Amino acid sequence: MQKFTILTSVAAPLRETHLDTDVIFPARFLLLPDKKGLGEQLFNERRTNRTGEGPRFVLDTPPFDKAQILVTGNAFGTGSSREQAVWALADFGIRCVIAASFGEIFFANCVKNGVLAIVLDEAAHEAVMKESESGRPLTIDLAAAQIRFEDGTTLAFDIDPHRKRTLLEGLDEIGLILTDDGDEIAAFEARQRAEKPWLYLSDEQVAVLRQP
Amino acid sequence: MTGKTLYDKVWDSHVVKQYDDGSALLYIDRHLVQEVSSPQAFDGLVEAGRPMRRPDKHIAVADHAVPTRLRHLPMPDGLASRQVSRLMRNVEKFGVPYIDMNDRRHGIVHVIGPELGFTLPGVTLVCGDSHTSTHGAFGAIAFGIGASECETVFATQALRQRKQKRMRVWLDGSLGVGVSVKDIILALIAKIGTGGGFGYAIEYAGSAVAELSMEARMTLCNMTIEAGSRVGMVAVDGTTMDYVKGRPLAPAGELWERAVAEWRDLRSDDDAEFDREIRLDVSQIAPHVSWGTTPEETVPVTGQVPDPAAEPDPARRARLQKSIDYMGLAPNTPLRDIAIDRVFIGSCTNGRIEDLRKAASVVEGRRVAAGVSGIVVPGSASVRIQAEAEGLDRIFKDAGFEWRDSGCSMCVAMNDDRLAEGERCASTSNRNFEGRQGKGGRTHLMSPEMAAAAAVMGRLADVRQLKG
Repeated sequence: MQKFTILTSVAAPLRETHLDTDVIFPARFLLLPDKKGLGEQLFNERRTNRTGEGPRFVLDTPPFDKAQILVTGNAFGTGSSREQAVWALADFGIRCVIAASFGEIFFANCVKNGVLAIVLDEAAHEAVMKESESGRPLTIDLAAAQIRFEDGTTLAFDIDPHRKRTLLEGLDEIGLILTDDGDEIAAFEARQRAEKPWLYLSDEQVAVLRQP
Repeated sequence: MTGKTLYDKVWDSHVVKQYDDGSALLYIDRHLVQEVSSPQAFDGLVEAGRPMRRPDKHIAVADHAVPTRLRHLPMPDGLASRQVSRLMRNVEKFGVPYIDMNDRRHGIVHVIGPELGFTLPGVTLVCGDSHTSTHGAFGAIAFGIGASECETVFATQALRQRKQKRMRVWLDGSLGVGVSVKDIILALIAKIGTGGGFGYAIEYAGSAVAELSMEARMTLCNMTIEAGSRVGMVAVDGTTMDYVKGRPLAPAGELWERAVAEWRDLRSDDDAEFDREIRLDVSQIAPHVSWGTTPEETVPVTGQVPDPAAEPDPARRARLQKSIDYMGLAPNTPLRDIAIDRVFIGSCTNGRIEDLRKAASVVEGRRVAAGVSGIVVPGSASVRIQAEAEGLDRIFKDAGFEWRDSGCSMCVAMNDDRLAEGERCASTSNRNFEGRQGKGGRTHLMSPEMAAAAAVMGRLADVRQLKG
């Protein structure tokens, strides 16, 4: 997984709340087979004018079309668990999303893809939103857990230590569990099977299940 | 020492390892696999050269993309048929039990898990689908995950998780005539908001919950995610045991007795403490209908579309206006004056036999209004077969509804069942998000009885007036 250390970029200001994963990545595109290229469908229904004259969606409006940071309102990424919402953001080039609150499954999906999701309180969130709207770049320093403005203003953010380490080091979580905890999982299964055997399907049950 | 909550009990019995930072490696007993969230997870296993740890802890079924009519014919070639074929190839390669769309056990993952007895009290159950909270109705910790976490479960049968805070929602009193559990959960979401449950596992308790059937408890837990919480739970009682007993994958004989002895303790201790408690008197709840584009934008059917001009907070005002514009409504319009084009009865929220019985009881002897088209999509083949045995299909068809095969259908609009741009739908599903039922489509969420009433009246309607 791609590491996240320090990122400096203009931040796209998206002053809306309750942008659910259906808006971020409409369901009909869930039939697409790959993770790559999904940035094309990101916020598809909002991007009715991608290159023409007149108003465009913020991510199609220079300089924000090159933004690697997205700043948005509360309840971002609620709804469906579709990881395509994060894949589409990442494919578009977004590495950090700053919001007042997030849907929990979306939040969990971000870290699996090297995307840093930051929750800020109301005052800090408004300051970052205003700074983004100015078009001046933000710097996100994950090791220091800080957001820095061009004028030197520094805001701290909270991040869970494990999430931080995973992003900083680009850890392979599955590999880590298998190497560090594989024995414990096997021991747990042996114990659980002895104590609660009904949790393990019998051969007959599996056979019934497999019968068409 | 204070007692434990139901959530604590199930959590504690699944901790493989406690990490220093407070998170834990949680063992996952059950994984339901569907076609949308699994392909990339299977690919991940292949790319890393990893085996699946325990194929017998998973059941796979294609529910989102499958058609709900002409199922005897091969699916027309296209992205949907390729997605279903890809699932079939993956389960074959990894040895995962698979239920075909023409199997008598087919259906939406959250309907068939309980029907098969795969969902059991006290288990941990995950699925790459946010409505996995449904299974919490059995006193299980069940939550939706993304594709990466599906891959983790494939490879390790465990997930690193942080324990949630605990919220208890007390539901007391008796539901009025024409009011159902869907109205309770919509009223709760309207009250606490779509972010009200962030960070919490919710347990539903109280006399009204004790009286609910398993089907109704599943509806309640199902939409917990719409209140922002991944986990909704109900304590195990006689109703739970009666539902589970005799299911194909449930324990039998001596094992059943042992399991039941354990399951009796799957309730919060009397002295257990919760981080937040909410009380609702369900006798005060009227039928609810959503008017906007998030489930919290819901009001009693006797109400009206809100007026943004009356909202002092500018951000909230803008949000209201945006929803009203998308929904093509005018402020202060009485809900019962809103005409509809389509009706959808089905989904993992309201596609169970009880839901169809309730909708049919309203429809019986009546006709779908002119200019309205409606579909009834049973949540599973087993629900469809049961409904047909009871003659419900005839009632729906005689009234002018289409009677379909099982699947997610127009709740998520990934197959051919979808709204056209600007069409307005009375829907028993769970999400009224922009474009959820088709690009530009407009969704009003409600109970099966209320959707049936809307179909007959051709507009949003109060089922209590129709019945009375």
